[in-house]
Amino acid sequence: MANIKITLRKDDVEKLKQVCKEFNNEPGELINVLHKAQGIFGYLPAEVQEIVSKELNVPVAKVYGVVTFYSFFTMKPKGRFPISICMGTACYVRGAEKILDEIKKQLNLEVGATSEDGKFSLSCLRCVGACGLAPVVLIGDRTYGRVTQEGVKEILAEYDEM
Amino acid sequence: MATYKYHILVCGGTGCQASDSAGIIENLKKELEARNLQNDVQVITSGCFGFCEKGPIVKIMPDNTFYVRVTPEDAAIIIEEHIVKGRKVERLLYTDPETQQHISDSKHMGFYQKQLRIALNNCGFIDPENIDEAISRDAYLALGKVLLEMTPQSAIDEIKKSGLRGRGGGGFPTGLKWELASKSPGDEKYVVCNADEGDPGAFMDRSILEGDPHSIIEAMTICGYCIGAHVGLVYIRAEYPLAIHRLKIALDQAREYGLLGDDILGSGFSFDIELRYGAGAFVCGEETALIHSMEGHRGEPTFKPPFPAVSGYLEKPTNVNNVETFACIPIIINKGAEWFASIGSEKSKGTKVFALAGKINNVGLIEVPMGTTLREVIYEIGGGIKGGKEFKAVQTGGPSGGCLTQKHLDTPIDYDNLIAAGSMMGSGGMIVMDEDDCMVSIAKFYLEFTVEESCGKCTPCRVGNKRLHEILDKITKGEGTMEDLDNLKNLSKVIKDTALCGLGQTSPNPVLSTIDNFWDEYVEHVVDKKCRAGVCRSMMRYVIDPEKCVGCTLCARNCPVNAITGERKEAHVIDQSICIKCGACKDKCKFNAIEIK
Repeated sequence: MANIKITLRKDDVEKLKQVCKEFNNEPGELINVLHKAQGIFGYLPAEVQEIVSKELNVPVAKVYGVVTFYSFFTMKPKGRFPISICMGTACYVRGAEKILDEIKKQLNLEVGATSEDGKFSLSCLRCVGACGLAPVVLIGDRTYGRVTQEGVKEILAEYDEM
Repeated sequence: MATYKYHILVCGGTGCQASDSAGIIENLKKELEARNLQNDVQVITSGCFGFCEKGPIVKIMPDNTFYVRVTPEDAAIIIEEHIVKGRKVERLLYTDPETQQHISDSKHMGFYQKQLRIALNNCGFIDPENIDEAISRDAYLALGKVLLEMTPQSAIDEIKKSGLRGRGGGGFPTGLKWELASKSPGDEKYVVCNADEGDPGAFMDRSILEGDPHSIIEAMTICGYCIGAHVGLVYIRAEYPLAIHRLKIALDQAREYGLLGDDILGSGFSFDIELRYGAGAFVCGEETALIHSMEGHRGEPTFKPPFPAVSGYLEKPTNVNNVETFACIPIIINKGAEWFASIGSEKSKGTKVFALAGKINNVGLIEVPMGTTLREVIYEIGGGIKGGKEFKAVQTGGPSGGCLTQKHLDTPIDYDNLIAAGSMMGSGGMIVMDEDDCMVSIAKFYLEFTVEESCGKCTPCRVGNKRLHEILDKITKGEGTMEDLDNLKNLSKVIKDTALCGLGQTSPNPVLSTIDNFWDEYVEHVVDKKCRAGVCRSMMRYVIDPEKCVGCTLCARNCPVNAITGERKEAHVIDQSICIKCGACKDKCKFNAIEIK
């Protein structure tokens, strides 16, 4: 998995073990535990998966298999302002691809990557259910609707000072 | 309970929340308090009204005034004019696009006139976080009737008689499914609600859960009684935080009222519901994959039989239904199977919810009787194509469905007709496309989705779809051959015949249906190297019209690769061998001198 060993904060590790205990260390609760773990650490690096594997008595290969299977789980840390572009069909036919290209260009960032300063990360998602506002871009918890190629710059400018 | 003179319902659906409906609510409350009216007027966060295009929507009861595109700043004028002075705020009313008249009651809007709301019956009428409001609109009435007056078999018979079919896509008769699970031997059985809405462009399940969660709790409990289960599980997408939040509140309230838990309504029947979170995998919409995911595994499907009704969750008999299917159950019990069966077409009864989106004027969530034609949906409810463009196709059934065209506009929508037309009902996404959409690119878009979402277990789906995608990619780059088109067709058929689960068996549908209906467009891409919609970039040529060019040099200065040359005040030329087709020149030109050929 990852080459660099990350040191996890001790109290976070304790929290994770506590979560496993709350689910009775039941192997069947693997996905629920991973949801909570991602809530604690923000992502699921190999080190976290190893702890989950030990606590639930599930092979680490299986944990890795589940983490990589579901798109909601990520092994890379997200930026402080994660940007998600809706690539649902409604947004696609209303030009989501152009918006994505523009954001990629503006931030010089590829899909799935995090900027070096850890500020932005870029991902695509499938339908947030706000098709009336297509195309839609999410930054953190904020939803931007009816985004235009020209409007991208303005939206990103809001995060200049942060 | 306090009696209020007015109720202000503010849409709390996802779309309206994204347009700051929470800010509207906050300001309305502030304005009311400033005038000491908080005991006369109640502000309610309701579920989705469906008319997302015009959101955020604010509805005032009892006079049924429907305000559209409201902003938080409008709160003051609504309170001052409407509530205090009793005058409607004309500016915020809906304007009929044909007559240009303001319409204040949603009943008279084209968008609502053809609709019939069964599954969405309570959405937008109640505060989804308040069980009393749900009960005032007959929630849990059907549960009482079933538990106290009916046997499990008589309730199953009622559902069978109603003709209800699964709304998640498959269209399997619901009553029959329940009967199979009820007859399956075992003391430990499960009811599962599939709320893992994965079709990109469909959001009805989410809206029902956000707008009327009690209908799902009630229906699952009825199902539990019918099949002999005491545990219900809702498998819901973790990406739906609002739906999860509201469902949790509803579950707590139902438990508190004795409508969930031990000995419900003194009937001796016990039932409770837990949540299980999905983690983003389209294939988990397939029952067996969903069950594996709930057990904590990768969501990979397995061969059927055994069906979940025999061996499902933890290898126990399990009945899986989709959210919209469950939402129809209470009203069928309340109003009777005959009433439900009187709506719809011969083999598809009742109504269907569609998420109408894309290049259409009225984007939103609609519910129409089965048998309504596409023309009625697109032109009467949807208000026609955006920007007066030409209708080209409508895609139904999401990544498993197909594109229908002009010639299908008068086809009545039901399960069987859509399959006969080369598409399918699916979960109810309905994406309208216009002349600016390239059908080869649309097929490629769906295949991209399938390739990403294929679980990888069976070879036809894992490898076959990847090959389909590669061929489509080649065609959109202008490198396709006629042989590629034959390969697309043959490979599609092989995948359909040999894939393990519903995902693989239907994934070539977008390819096959676009080939069938837009063969000319495929040939154009391959033979003429032309994309008529102007979407496939590598086939486009940007050309400067020397008649229109005044030689301002703006385009040359903006070209990132210096492909444009020319003297000042003379016509410029684009060197096609250097041009990367970024379109920057066309965007900048003030004289419309640059054309795409």
